[in-house]
Amino acid sequence: MKVLVPVKRVVDYNVKIRVKPDQTGVETANVKMSMNPFDEIAVEQAVRLKEAGTATEIVAVSIGPTQSQETIRTALAMGADRGILVEADADVEPLAIAKMLKAIVEKEGPELVLLGKQAIDDDSNQTGQMLAALMGWPQATFASKVEMKDGSMDVTREVDGGLETINVKLPAALTVDLRLNEPRYASLPNIMKAKKKPIDTMSPADLGVEPAKRLEVLKVVEPEKRQGGAKVESVAELVDKLKNEAKVI
Amino acid sequence: MDFSLSEEHRMIVETARRFVEEELYPYEAEVEESDTLRPELAAQIREKSIELGLYAANMPEELGGGGLDTVSMCLLDRELGRANMALNYTVARPSNILQACEGEQREKYLFPCIRGEKVDCLAMTEPGAGSDVRSMSCKAERDGDDFVINGVKHFISHADWADFVILFAATGEEETPRGPRKKITSFLVDKGWPGFTVRQGYKNVSHRGYHNFILEFDDCRVPSSQVLGVVDQGFDVANDWLGATRLQVAALSLGRCHRALEQSLDWAVERKQFGQQISKFQGVSFKLADMKMRLHAAELLVMEAAWKHEQGAMEDMDAAMAKLAATEALAFIADEAIQIHGGMGLMSDLPLERIWRDARVERIWEGTSEIQRHIISRSLLRPLGG
Ligand SMILES: Cc1cc2nc3c(=O)[nH]c(=O)nc-3n(C[C@H](O)[C@H](O)[C@H](O)COP(=O)(O)OP(=O)(O)OC[C@H]3O[C@@H](n4cnc5c(N)ncnc54)[C@H](O)[C@@H]3O)c2cc1C
Ligand SMILES: Cc1cc2nc3c(=O)[nH]c(=O)nc-3n(C[C@H](O)[C@H](O)[C@H](O)COP(=O)(O)OP(=O)(O)OC[C@H]3O[C@@H](n4cnc5c(N)ncnc54)[C@H](O)[C@@H]3O)c2cc1C
Repeated sequence: MKVLVPVKRVVDYNVKIRVKPDQTGVETANVKMSMNPFDEIAVEQAVRLKEAGTATEIVAVSIGPTQSQETIRTALAMGADRGILVEADADVEPLAIAKMLKAIVEKEGPELVLLGKQAIDDDSNQTGQMLAALMGWPQATFASKVEMKDGSMDVTREVDGGLETINVKLPAALTVDLRLNEPRYASLPNIMKAKKKPIDTMSPADLGVEPAKRLEVLKVVEPEKRQGGAKVESVAELVDKLKNEAKVI
Repeated sequence: MDFSLSEEHRMIVETARRFVEEELYPYEAEVEESDTLRPELAAQIREKSIELGLYAANMPEELGGGGLDTVSMCLLDRELGRANMALNYTVARPSNILQACEGEQREKYLFPCIRGEKVDCLAMTEPGAGSDVRSMSCKAERDGDDFVINGVKHFISHADWADFVILFAATGEEETPRGPRKKITSFLVDKGWPGFTVRQGYKNVSHRGYHNFILEFDDCRVPSSQVLGVVDQGFDVANDWLGATRLQVAALSLGRCHRALEQSLDWAVERKQFGQQISKFQGVSFKLADMKMRLHAAELLVMEAAWKHEQGAMEDMDAAMAKLAATEALAFIADEAIQIHGGMGLMSDLPLERIWRDARVERIWEGTSEIQRHIISRSLLRPLGG
């Protein structure tokens, strides 16, 4: 079974995000970039499938600027077999990404596409679902446990209020949640091996997709600073504050 | 000129940093307080680092090592250097000089060191011979097919963890245009051999948990098959392989510079006095500027020397400048970091007081700062007849 894993280059989760003064987005110049953490979990899952003998080949795909090659290389060092880089702007919208992935899926013929449930930069949480819809495939989202069966898989999903286990037929799109696994870090020998693994480069046009903008960002602002808490002396004061200051009762 | 790191370099740094943060930092307080490294903890670190291929990364791939080039090795050492020395040295970088092992020596010493089954230590320094190491009085006299060794070595690091010592001893004297000079031979001597005693060394200010020892040789008889390299040419062997060790000290120091600077930046923007962040006072912010400049300059010297080493073009002066700049930058940065932290900088709750203590030895071992300056000035002046 071939597995496709899309990986996105995002601002590293440790970086303190700063909004650009013109409010059009966040500062990315001279900022540490890394693989989207949910995508790392997806790569890890794919590598585990390969180690278990279920997956035969893992293809890592990244759609973004040239430097996204670094993200692919990280996936290769974790255990993916080869990479595909689609050179595009950094802010392609989920629908266009899903369309490009569809074109790649049609070319590559994987039985499983393993995606992060969302990217930590725009938190869209759409790509996996859109890809499944475009392909007419079943989807299993927010996976916290996956068990492969013959021609299908049991997926435990983290939903509001608990866990739901569903069975989906392959081929399918699977989006992974935080608790599915703990991604490994690349060992030195695997880093060396990754250097020799191939990465194909293509453009959106090669895939027949025009990454048109359908959404307009009006403005990006910093979250409001949290106010420090205050101590109240009595229940009466608390009720008074809730009523007259917070206006919640 | 291209100063950028490759994808491979970047990934090595990421793996090493994560290893340091997850596998070493959590145990720092324990080692600092107890001044010991538990054997079980050492075994755990060794196992994890072997799994990640970080162990013996300096040794060539053909021999079972990580096969890192010098720049990669410096980057790895820089990351490892962030953490306490006892912890980071458990991820062994076996002495490069062991590559001079031949025949059975490879099976007995070289390969076990690379596999993590044996640990080496290296003994040159004596009470009477420090910087002037060639004046050593420890001697090995030929007796049939054996050598009989007598003498004392001191300041020998991690001889407690070591299974054997790479020992340098005098095997005679030769006449040179500048007067008589000792001929030195290098030996592999197992701990536990009759006539070889390892004694507790001195308690010292730097590197808690990483100790130095006194080695005594009293009619210690070793067969000539224990000679590493060629008899009387021990310093040639040393010079071939030990050049990179100065870069290692430099790289380890850079790691601690980075950690102290990062900590200081965070503190300067968090800490408020006189109604504002202390980073708003030039008295503090200009310190940060100087720290960054000194660190970056040292890092460029280290990386350039490493790059030259890879090309086979590193001169003694390159390694000397790198070691001097990095260790002196560390002394400066560690001190300023504490100053920026005020009283808190001195407390063991933060890693700064130990970075400051640990910094002190770096300007002494692997050639004192004066010896590095001597090497640099000699390289400049000798061609001029000065
Ligand atoms: C903690 C620790 C661990 C060590 N581990 C090891 C080890 O594992 N193996 C090993 O072999 N050695 C080890 N050493 C020894 C270390 O390499 C020596 O301390 C170092 O070479 C300096 O020698 P010394 O201490 O005898 O000082 P000295 O050589 O006596 O120097 C004293 C002072 O004189 C100055 N000086 C000497 N000669 C000159 C000159 N020509 N021009 C200008 N100034 C000069 C020095 O710079 C220094 O300031 C260790 C040392 C320490 C402190
Ligand atoms: C071992 C020890 C014992 C002590 N004992 C006592 C004691 O018995 N009683 C007691 O009351 N206190 C005691 N102190 C506290 C000591 O007086 C303070 O540590 C000192 O006043 C500095 O304050 P701070 O540590 O909070 O640093 P901070 O004031 O936070 O200073 C942090 C950094 O900011 C710089 N900075 C601050 N303001 C400015 C400015 N306006 N312009 C430029 N730079 C600035 C400082 O110079 C420093 O580099 C002790 C401290 C120590 C370490």
